[in-house]
Amino acid sequence: MSAAAPTIARRRRSRRKIARRVAVNVTGALVFLVMIFPVYWMVTTAFKRGSDVLSLEPEWWPHNPTLANFTDAIHRPHFWDAVQNSMIVVVAVVILSVGLALLAALALAKFRFYGRAGFIIVIFAVQMIPLNALIIPLYITLSSVHQVDKLSGVIVTYLTFVLPFCIWTLRGFIGGVPKELEEAAMVDGSTRLGAFFRIMLPLVGPGLVATSIFAFIQAWNEYIMAYVLLQSQEKQTLTIWLAFFTTQRGTDWGPLMAGATLTALPVVVFFVLVHRKIAFGLTQGAVRG
Amino acid sequence: MTRPAEPVALTVEPVIRPARRRLRTRVGRGSVPYALLVPATAVIVAVLGYPMYKIVALSFQQYGLFELIRHQGKWIGLDNYRTVLQDSTFWQVLLRTFVFTIANVALTMVLGTLVALLLAALGKFMRLLLTTALVLVWAMPPVVSVNIWNWMVDYEFGVLNWTLTKLHLGNFIHHDWFVNPLQGFAVITAIVVWGAIPFVAITLYAGLTQLPSDIVEAARIDGAGALRIFRDMTLPILKPIFVILTSLSVIWDFQVFTQIWIIRNYRPESDYYLISIYSFVTSFNQSQYGLGSAIALIMVVIMLGFTFFYIRQMVRLGETD
Repeated sequence: MSAAAPTIARRRRSRRKIARRVAVNVTGALVFLVMIFPVYWMVTTAFKRGSDVLSLEPEWWPHNPTLANFTDAIHRPHFWDAVQNSMIVVVAVVILSVGLALLAALALAKFRFYGRAGFIIVIFAVQMIPLNALIIPLYITLSSVHQVDKLSGVIVTYLTFVLPFCIWTLRGFIGGVPKELEEAAMVDGSTRLGAFFRIMLPLVGPGLVATSIFAFIQAWNEYIMAYVLLQSQEKQTLTIWLAFFTTQRGTDWGPLMAGATLTALPVVVFFVLVHRKIAFGLTQGAVRG
Repeated sequence: MTRPAEPVALTVEPVIRPARRRLRTRVGRGSVPYALLVPATAVIVAVLGYPMYKIVALSFQQYGLFELIRHQGKWIGLDNYRTVLQDSTFWQVLLRTFVFTIANVALTMVLGTLVALLLAALGKFMRLLLTTALVLVWAMPPVVSVNIWNWMVDYEFGVLNWTLTKLHLGNFIHHDWFVNPLQGFAVITAIVVWGAIPFVAITLYAGLTQLPSDIVEAARIDGAGALRIFRDMTLPILKPIFVILTSLSVIWDFQVFTQIWIIRNYRPESDYYLISIYSFVTSFNQSQYGLGSAIALIMVVIMLGFTFFYIRQMVRLGETD
């Protein structure tokens, strides 16, 4: 009797533990389903036949998969224009921002000078200015120099948020390179510039790639600036192009979901590659305190 | 506004800190850093500084289509601000924006925290599965997510109406979610919160893994319950992250634009105006750029208030060293 008591208690405890495991896993599965469902629904809708998309009873899996929606989307007017415009804008913005930011970040991370802290706080604060506010003066200014409805005008406006972001991020990456490595190279007879190219650049490389990818994503996803500035259809970027699936007669959901899938694809691929750096970065910065 | 996928200003923190600081003080040399800063500064002043000046100037001007063609506004002093502050719609919109922001931030933070705790409790496989879903959602461009949700809540063929009807939660056949603005905002809140949960959850989870597990174990042996452990151990350690995530969420949700703009077919009814939409419509639909600038500036000033806590926290953490 006295020997059996602990066994029963232990068994009860282990049973409670199993119940807890099951509850946690069931909750996990439910949350997984709720979170993933919209993405799942976009992709599966994109592969459905028109009649299966517009059915009163939802089809949970595309039983008759087809690429028709994708062909439709690609052959819509201005799809390739939009792809090309998005690429031009994004590549120009990334090159300009990362190039300028690299110089500034070097100054901020590797030198102590008067005005440094102030500059950093300004760079940080300007990232909080809402684009919805900035678009008004930017539109007025660009229209007075005839840069409305031109990709160059959009590129300039994108610099307003991509450049400060790149400076901020790169500063962190460059600051992370141990000074000793650079100095060791100089002791070994390298010049400061030589040390930069042979030691810094390879070490900062991954950070440079990550920053470029995030700059890419931001510019690719941007909506409001392009919406205001690019008026003619052949000038628009992909995020604006998605509006063409909605007409007076309603929305073509199948092709729209195919177009949305295509728009999201490059972002998802890039994002999955580098998201760890971001989550890691924030907690590193925050937990230390 | 490029929401959740926007990684904002987060840094991968330097690994070796004290050594760097000790060495760097010796390097401060003359004009090199200033020369390196010149190009970026010039661009920032041109693309950010000038527009900031311009929006302040515009808010004191009458600037309509006529002025747009002449490229020359007419100074009218404080008239725009007077008009805005006496406009009952403005106060209504502002109140709505506050309620929307509070609801969205609260939901995002509570659900995000719960998902983070769930991630910590799950086994390896389930955690990987859930993380994958979260990252996928995080990566969705805002324009794409709003289109997906628009399709899911479609009144005719939307999957939501069908599901709710099948679950016997009422007759939702041909139910239009946007007739009643309260329901419409529920959908918009769902889009915003769904998109924001991954960032909050993954970041908080990363913070949770820093919680020393042996101390937690010791507390549990000493009889501390799960709630007690959360309140007295988890929360204090996560507090700096909470402050940052909450400020960021407030900043983001206060300026929600794209979701409403697209889901209301590019011409939202006045019941759907938040301050960012109100400023935009005043400027670009009614061509009252001066008035729109005044509204936008009021928005910026309110946001600066929120940003203050965020910046203070970052400065305190030495992020701006």
